[in-house]
Amino acid sequence: MKVMNMVQAINDALDIKLAEDPNVVVFGEDVGTEGGVFRVTEGLQQKYGEARVFDSPLAESAIVGSAIGMAIAGLRPVVELQFCGFVYPAFNQIISHAARIHNRTRGKFKTPMVIRFPYGGGINALEHHSESMEALYGHIPGIKVVIPSTPYDAKGLLISAIESDDTVIFMEPKRIYRAIKQEVNEEKISIPIGKAKVLTEGTDITVVAYGAMIREVQKAMVMAKQANISIELIDLRTIYPIDKETIIKSIQKTGRVAIVTEEPKSFGLAAEITSIATEEAFLYLEAPPKRIAAFDTIVPLPRGEHFYMQSPEKIFYELERLIKF
Amino acid sequence: MNLFEQYNPLEDQILKVIDNNGKVIDKKLMPALEDHFLIQAYREMLFARTADYMAVSYQRQGRMYTYPPNLGQEAISGALGKVMREEDWLVPAFRELGAWLAKGATLKEVFMYYMGYEDGSIFKNAPKLLPVSVPIASQLLHATGIGYAIQYKNEKEVVFAIVGDGGTSEGDFHEALNFASVWKVPVVFIVQNNQFAISVPVKKQMNSVNIAVKSFAYGMPGIKVDGNDFFAMYLALKEAAEYAEAGNGPVLIEALTYRQGAHTTSDDPTKYRTSEEEQQWQLTDPLTRFNKYLKSKKLWDDKMEQEIIEQFKLEVDKQFEEAENVPPYKLEDVFKYTYVDMPEDLKVQQMEYENFLKWKGARQ
Repeated sequence: MKVMNMVQAINDALDIKLAEDPNVVVFGEDVGTEGGVFRVTEGLQQKYGEARVFDSPLAESAIVGSAIGMAIAGLRPVVELQFCGFVYPAFNQIISHAARIHNRTRGKFKTPMVIRFPYGGGINALEHHSESMEALYGHIPGIKVVIPSTPYDAKGLLISAIESDDTVIFMEPKRIYRAIKQEVNEEKISIPIGKAKVLTEGTDITVVAYGAMIREVQKAMVMAKQANISIELIDLRTIYPIDKETIIKSIQKTGRVAIVTEEPKSFGLAAEITSIATEEAFLYLEAPPKRIAAFDTIVPLPRGEHFYMQSPEKIFYELERLIKF
Repeated sequence: MNLFEQYNPLEDQILKVIDNNGKVIDKKLMPALEDHFLIQAYREMLFARTADYMAVSYQRQGRMYTYPPNLGQEAISGALGKVMREEDWLVPAFRELGAWLAKGATLKEVFMYYMGYEDGSIFKNAPKLLPVSVPIASQLLHATGIGYAIQYKNEKEVVFAIVGDGGTSEGDFHEALNFASVWKVPVVFIVQNNQFAISVPVKKQMNSVNIAVKSFAYGMPGIKVDGNDFFAMYLALKEAAEYAEAGNGPVLIEALTYRQGAHTTSDDPTKYRTSEEEQQWQLTDPLTRFNKYLKSKKLWDDKMEQEIIEQFKLEVDKQFEEAENVPPYKLEDVFKYTYVDMPEDLKVQQMEYENFLKWKGARQ
């Protein structure tokens, strides 16, 4: 065991897969010499050489598109895009090709590749650097979407993502890249894609969250405890395929569900989980599902971000209203 | 890169070997190819043209859905079919029928695709043939990536990637060329400049003197070739492939041609071009020129042509009928390949629909 933050844990996962599988290549803007804008790939080029860990020219569509070609020809590329807000030029490649080539060729070609990028707000970043657009990816048939909330999970999920024969979008909560340290196994670990985790058992409200929101919910839970509200916290870990079973089982126990997300409220993950709750656990519900999500506005620049982001107080306020419904 | 240096795109020079009457323009250029090789190449182009004519007719009969005809562009695919080796990759757009067939695709598969079956994109006997790419120019990036994998594995393979003139306006075209050149990967980019992107003519598409000249911005050789001249295309492709395979990086070939037919069977070219223009280009028809050349060498005659077309028609019909008689599309075909590892929820969605089908069956 070694104490790692999420940046180190992701680096460790890449290191293990690069060492183990000669078909794994890692590339993107600045990932080579510099080790990435967040230093996630630091030291890997020195260790594995420029053919395997390298800087690409600055073009997101080409990074993803050429990775698709590499995957078709038998490699397992792991590409880094610098921010969630910069992925859009690559969208056509993701939705029209990465998600479809296996289906279009009836399995003759597949695209075992990982598209990694940091997402989310709360770090006083520049414009276009704070988006949480996971619902866009969850909506695309043919790809899988993963978001870890701890260093351990980041390592185990990334290893599974690299080993997956389907394309995986791996979104990293940059707000907690270095904020959480945890003991992580130094050897290879893997966490199955598609499985949520019950972090805390409780009896009054099921809270479903993921990524950087887990820590905010945990802070809100301290207040909830003082108010005698017992929270069952589920860390989703995989956005798609979503672990319905864990969510439904919990709602059947608690009768109430809140979803905490950084996304805009409408048409997102929170709406999807609300549908799951009402379609599959309707008779267990004692209150309508509650979406604790961002406004349907543009992410404000840093001075306005505190209104937009979910704080522990805001989460507790909503949970208290939910229990009183 | 002898030819690439000789024909300067900046001066809009164009590589041509035979004229519109099939006469050799410059004997020094004429590649030394065996008679049987030339006859075979011509037969392949004629087969592709026969199949293409019949595909349009099947579509008109309501036996196939929308189809993009290849008429007039057969020399590009024909020459490519003769240059590509088994180990090479072909990354198509969607108007290269002859090249797909040369790579190992069957007409049955092609017809199945245009009849609405995904199975028509498998190309069982062509492991290095990608399916058609409808999102314009997006496929060029895959070619660049395949090129990277070839280089990474130290293989001696070449990727041939195809796009149209309209595709050169897409960002992916420029990104693919740039990445390929920076990475120095073995890709031959071929632009079929058939004068139109659906209805939009080249002069409204770009303000550069030609397409080949764009290669210079990316630091790679480029050449403009008469795409209706089998010999010119053969020479350019051969030299490009050798250059790429030797590890020198990518190459851009602009193949000047004319789409004699409609963009697809849903298009009406009379809306955007004149019959005078069509007649002018008709004079450059690739099969007519090749045919005249072969006749001048006493390698071909009209009787042979008639006989072989009749044989081809039977073969095309046979493959079309096979495609018409494939087993019906099943519900599981919708679900089975969306993921390698199918999520539980998709299994549930499939099962729910099966329940509906059972209910529907019981009702009738």
